Amino acid sequence: MADRATREALGATLIELAALRDDIVVLDADLAKATTTVKFKAAYPDRFFDMGIAEQDMMATAAGLAVGGKTPFASTFAVFATGRAYDQIRNSICYANLGVKIAATHAGITVGPDGGSHQMVEDIALMRALPNMRVLVPSDYLSAVAAIRIAAQTPGPFYVRLGRAAVPALYTESAEFELGRANVLRTGADVTIVACGGMVWRALAAAGMLAQDGIEADVIDMLTVKPLDADTLLASSGKTGAVVTCEEHSVIGGLGSAVATELGLNGPCPMEMVGVQDVFGTSGDPEPLMTHFGLTASEIAAAARRAIGRRTA
Amino acid sequence: MSQPDIAHVAHVCQAMRRDIIEMVAAAGSGHPGGSLSSVEIVATLYASVMNHDPARPDMPERDRFVLSKGHAAPVLYAALAEHGYLPREELVTLRKLGSRLQGHPDMRKLPGVEVSTGSLGQGLALANGMALALRLDGNTAPTVFCLMGDGELQEGSVWEAAMAAAHYRLDNVVAIVDLNGLQIDGATCEVMDLGNVPEKFAAFGWTVMTCDGHSVAELQDALERAKAATEGPVVIVARTMKGRGISFMENLCDWHGKAPNADEAERALAELSDQGE
Repeated sequence: MADRATREALGATLIELAALRDDIVVLDADLAKATTTVKFKAAYPDRFFDMGIAEQDMMATAAGLAVGGKTPFASTFAVFATGRAYDQIRNSICYANLGVKIAATHAGITVGPDGGSHQMVEDIALMRALPNMRVLVPSDYLSAVAAIRIAAQTPGPFYVRLGRAAVPALYTESAEFELGRANVLRTGADVTIVACGGMVWRALAAAGMLAQDGIEADVIDMLTVKPLDADTLLASSGKTGAVVTCEEHSVIGGLGSAVATELGLNGPCPMEMVGVQDVFGTSGDPEPLMTHFGLTASEIAAAARRAIGRRTA
Repeated sequence: MSQPDIAHVAHVCQAMRRDIIEMVAAAGSGHPGGSLSSVEIVATLYASVMNHDPARPDMPERDRFVLSKGHAAPVLYAALAEHGYLPREELVTLRKLGSRLQGHPDMRKLPGVEVSTGSLGQGLALANGMALALRLDGNTAPTVFCLMGDGELQEGSVWEAAMAAAHYRLDNVVAIVDLNGLQIDGATCEVMDLGNVPEKFAAFGWTVMTCDGHSVAELQDALERAKAATEGPVVIVARTMKGRGISFMENLCDWHGKAPNADEAERALAELSDQGE
């Protein structure tokens, strides 16, 4: 299957859902073409609301629509969705536990040339910290479709993190997804690699590199960052005794932090984090940027060797 | 509204003022100033203008009330108690652990609270969203009333929502501004001058009305006309006085967020008794 961006799943899946459910409505903040909600606008113009460049207004309006019994999807770039409108998400959406589904695109470094102002690497941290909020970070097109469906089907607020850049297909149509359950994409006894989003295919590539040296890795797609699938994590870490986390996000507050907390409390073992090291992004093409920030398969493999080394030391 | 009806609402207002003083005094904290300035507005809505039924707080055709200035929760709780949404004895649990009467209104705790508020500048967008949902449902009967403070208008998000209400021609939204001229740090004109509030809303495409926010008759007339309007959103800029009805609280920003002590509460209640006679 051809590489596709997870954001492409948004408009297409919303149209699918809207055909079945009258309560699905969509809001965007002048980025409908980029987020792909423009497809929904074309299909269901009466259920689409462009709020203009006013993210705070979009989030609180979405909350009002949820009060009125609708299931609103609010979409814009991750940096504006979570940063600009944080207080609306906190007080108008999460505090009242309203079923607003925030579908944020252009998350992470692979936004590329737009640079650090637009490369959001703190959004998972912001959203995870909110009571009632669930955070899904799909890794390919089909898992993005599943994440959007899960958000639509499950009461309460959701944050679905989508990317701009095309990523390889990792799942087939028969794959099953469940809130709170990670998917183990490869099994091995030597090291656990936990990844989310656009880092999952890189984690699989890293596992392939390690296998050439006889090191076998569990590769866990932690699509469901909150609630975290602690059972799958701890079962794997209990077996391997060494963990690497991989995310296109700051090492502060994201997947790595969630995994570190779980391991620290319930199953301490050596752990390494591959992520953005507390710095802002910068302009460049996506792949050179990922190399620049150390978010590559070879860096994951190196981190795995370090974790294993600490275990046996 | 007939003269006896107006007299009845005025009587309700005095009862609500007593409730506000008693519950804030019992809580030992809270916001009496902006609650007292909103009494006639909220009392007129609940007693005379809004279609609502305490026995059926979820009835689809009800009018909705959004207290965007959520710190004035005592005035809302007083109105809800007056109309039987909760027992009056419960008012003194305000702000206490385990109470349904949170410091700012919580829709998940108290029936009759349509939507949770507290962080200023978000209520109008919430009202817009509720109005859009009603429009999508083809439910044309209800009006969504949204009460904002004037200090709150300093939040930029208010004007984002003002733009959106006009853009989507939300004729089922009525905003009311409790223009008492004071905020925590002082007079609004000194802290951050709002300029001409009616002209600002007019420039954003709203129909603007002004009235005396302590005149039940004027409020009733403006609210009914606003409710019947069919040409997009309407705002009623209601001139009010912070702390209205309690002589030593009137027009003083110090009473924005301070509870009266036992002695002050007693004096306030005595004043209200005198006014009621």
